Amino acid sequence: MSATEAPASPVSPADERTTTGPGRRWGGLSETALRNLALVGVLVVLVIIGAVTRPDLYGDPVRVRDNVFTILEQASVIGVVTVGMTFVIIGGGIDLSVGAIVALAGVWCTTVATQSYGTFGMIFTALTVGLCVGLVNGGLISYGRLVPFIATLAMMVAARGLAASISGKQTQVSENRTINAIASTDVLGIPLLVVILAVVVAAGWVLLNRTTFGRRTVAVGGNREAARLAGINVTRHTMLLYALSGLCCGIAAIMLTSLSTSAQAGAANLYELDAIAAAIIGGTLLSGGRGSIIGSLLGVLVFSTITNLFAINNLATEVQNMVKGGIIVAAVLVQQVRFKSLTTIFART
Amino acid sequence: MTTPATAPPAAEALCVEALSKRFAGVRALHDVHIDVRAGEVLALMGENGAGKSTLLKILSGDYQPDSGRLVLEGEPVVFRTPAEAHRAGVRIIYQEPEIVPHVSVAENVYIGALPRRRGRLLDRGALHARVQADLERYGFAQVLRPDTLGGRLSAAQRQLVEILRALTGNVRVIAFDEPTSSLSEHEVDALFALIRRLRDDGVAIIYVSHRMKEIFRIADRVAVLRDGRLVGQRAVAETSEDELVRMMVGRDLSAMFRRRHTGAARDRSMLSVRSLTTDDVTDISFDVRAGEVLGLTGLVGAGRSELVRAVVGDLPIRSGRVLVDGEPVRLRSPRDAVRVGIGLAPEERKADALILERTVRDNVSLAVLSRLSRFRIVRRGRERDLVNRYVRQLDVRTPSVEQEVRRLSGGNQQKVVLARWLARRPKVLILDEPTRGIDVGAKAEIYSLIDELAAEGIAVLVISSELPEILGLADRIIVMQHGRITGELTHDDATEERILALAMADQLTSEGVIR
Ligand SMILES: Nc1ncnc2c1ncn2[C@@H]1O[C@H](COP(=O)(O)OP(=O)(O)OP(=O)(O)O)[C@@H](O)[C@H]1O
Ligand SMILES: [Mg+2]
Repeated sequence: MSATEAPASPVSPADERTTTGPGRRWGGLSETALRNLALVGVLVVLVIIGAVTRPDLYGDPVRVRDNVFTILEQASVIGVVTVGMTFVIIGGGIDLSVGAIVALAGVWCTTVATQSYGTFGMIFTALTVGLCVGLVNGGLISYGRLVPFIATLAMMVAARGLAASISGKQTQVSENRTINAIASTDVLGIPLLVVILAVVVAAGWVLLNRTTFGRRTVAVGGNREAARLAGINVTRHTMLLYALSGLCCGIAAIMLTSLSTSAQAGAANLYELDAIAAAIIGGTLLSGGRGSIIGSLLGVLVFSTITNLFAINNLATEVQNMVKGGIIVAAVLVQQVRFKSLTTIFART
Repeated sequence: MTTPATAPPAAEALCVEALSKRFAGVRALHDVHIDVRAGEVLALMGENGAGKSTLLKILSGDYQPDSGRLVLEGEPVVFRTPAEAHRAGVRIIYQEPEIVPHVSVAENVYIGALPRRRGRLLDRGALHARVQADLERYGFAQVLRPDTLGGRLSAAQRQLVEILRALTGNVRVIAFDEPTSSLSEHEVDALFALIRRLRDDGVAIIYVSHRMKEIFRIADRVAVLRDGRLVGQRAVAETSEDELVRMMVGRDLSAMFRRRHTGAARDRSMLSVRSLTTDDVTDISFDVRAGEVLGLTGLVGAGRSELVRAVVGDLPIRSGRVLVDGEPVRLRSPRDAVRVGIGLAPEERKADALILERTVRDNVSLAVLSRLSRFRIVRRGRERDLVNRYVRQLDVRTPSVEQEVRRLSGGNQQKVVLARWLARRPKVLILDEPTRGIDVGAKAEIYSLIDELAAEGIAVLVISSELPEILGLADRIIVMQHGRITGELTHDDATEERILALAMADQLTSEGVIR
């Protein structure tokens, strides 16, 4: 009898085979929950750094609240985009065209003609444009069998081109007061943009974790072949994932238009990188099959808190980008450790 | 290549002392003592999840034990990585080998030690000649060529590459983890000849298998694990199948399965295939009736899996028809097949059936999600009940249904695939090698389950290369060779000899010619 093994509780073999009850993990927490906790920890550290470097700002509750809302508002547009991106990545794909779709939807819904249809016309246009571009992406990838990277890269270029030609490379000002007011409206003391983000995140969470669509997304990304043989329409599902991402871009376009009361072809620059990075540090596997909406949200918040930290301290954005890059590398390294143990150990039974 | 070690015959090559290993919630090994002598074949048996693979992974340095130690030829050793174990002469041949798809067999074999000419250039000619020589020496030359690309190899050939790889350099201990599960009879013969040669050269051999027959053919001694503990060791000459089964399962189990519900077949054909021709099979016709178990057998490569893939719409059909429950159907994808009531549990569970990163629950409920949901919201209570029911019925060994499937032992993973289709309750159930890698106890459970499914009126088509399985299970047996049906036998007049005669209708059997 080995001395080091703690005397295990007297479980009979039959007990060890029980099939009910929660899986035993570290302290009863799932890996996702642990990772999210770690991100919350990072956020806390960032806030402490903020409080130490700007005691004046953090000393006053009102200013603290305002600053928190600033962070959340900054996170809102990219957050909505990231929710869609998270679905695409979990489903085994990638969408490089999100920034371009946001710009195109923004430009399209602020043309003079569209604006003449009023608020509803503008919102409808932005959502439809986003959805349709997403469907084209999905069609190219699922029916046309293009690699997601290539298809959405092409779309990224093409959508920006289209946006530039529609706008004549001009900044289009939004004259619609309702749209413009979204960014400055509060609901129960909370900025409307933040409320929109919360609603999208909540909807995304339910969709991913509670619906058949979410389950199928995970299955398709986890093992395409198995999903197909289990009777899932993988082609159509892939298509829907990109449509969903496009739709999120449409929503984001309205939010961004409201924030800047204008739209232009160059808007939402590099959103694809921010969204992918946020999803990945939030624990979504780039190879698909695993991911978390809450993690993505936390990823977005980490980035926007860092941005805010640099802004309140008047620091150069170059350094900020370097820090962001470092965080992405660190997050991917953590994933690789996990992944390596996975391929070398579990691939063999 | 191998060491003709002139070790004294009874020297202990490897001692495993008081080895224990826990995973979260599972005691995989508990205080295990095992010795292997040079020049001996030790068989390691035990149910699915008994800890066999875990033990081998500790030997190979893949896992670290929680306590206990390894002693190699009298010296205590610690293997922190597989490379260290390799250097010390300990080799493990895994159930599922890893092969680089884009390089040749020869390069795959010598992947760590490629011969070089003038510095860094790879000497391909010398390499191929060397591997060809090895292949001839070990009797695999008919089956494998050095220049085939890794990606084109069959499961059996991949296994052989893994074996060749293990034989390079100095070998003291070599362990095989269920090496024969994807091999045909002839390949098994070649493998056994090789194992005997290694044994005679003084290598210590550990052999893991669920197949009793093989144990009695090849092993000198048997060690049996149950729930992570060593329950006993026996000399093969002094034990019997019944005793080993009792040790493994902890109860008596009749070795031979007998159907209880034969003759439940009704006169209603649930799946009819008429003159089906595809790229791989020619002019196939058969019926599976409600309440019947139809066995489909033949040598590896006879086209059995390709046939069922075509039936479920996964491979294109050139001509011929498929009828389900009397209705002609055009199935363009497995999805169509699932919808009309055909379930297929494919042969390669990891590649084609399981989502390894997800839980048992997710994997079992995958094909019944829409039935479990209302307004597209999955009703999780019902889901958990359903999954628990099948997990219990199949006795899937898992700490909970929330365990990720990749953490289950091989046999339990297979049960998860079966549970998925049982939960779906299809009209026609196609099982491609349903008990590959499954232990005796679980096999018996799966057989009686198939029996019950048939009794309930499901038409079951079982593909299997294991003749005793087909003989015990099937009401009727069809045999294929080279993509054609060469004969049909009823349960009563089928024998192993008759099946083999049909399976090898035009082959020289004495020469070791395969395919
Ligand atoms: N990495 C892991 N994490 C958690 N549990 C594990 C892990 N690897 C193995 N186990 C558990 O340890 C036990 C022993 O598994 P092992 O793979 O050694 O079984 P086995 O005897 O090889 O079974 P089989 O005949 O099915 O291949 C099983 O209960 C399995 O679920
Ligand atoms: Mg095993």
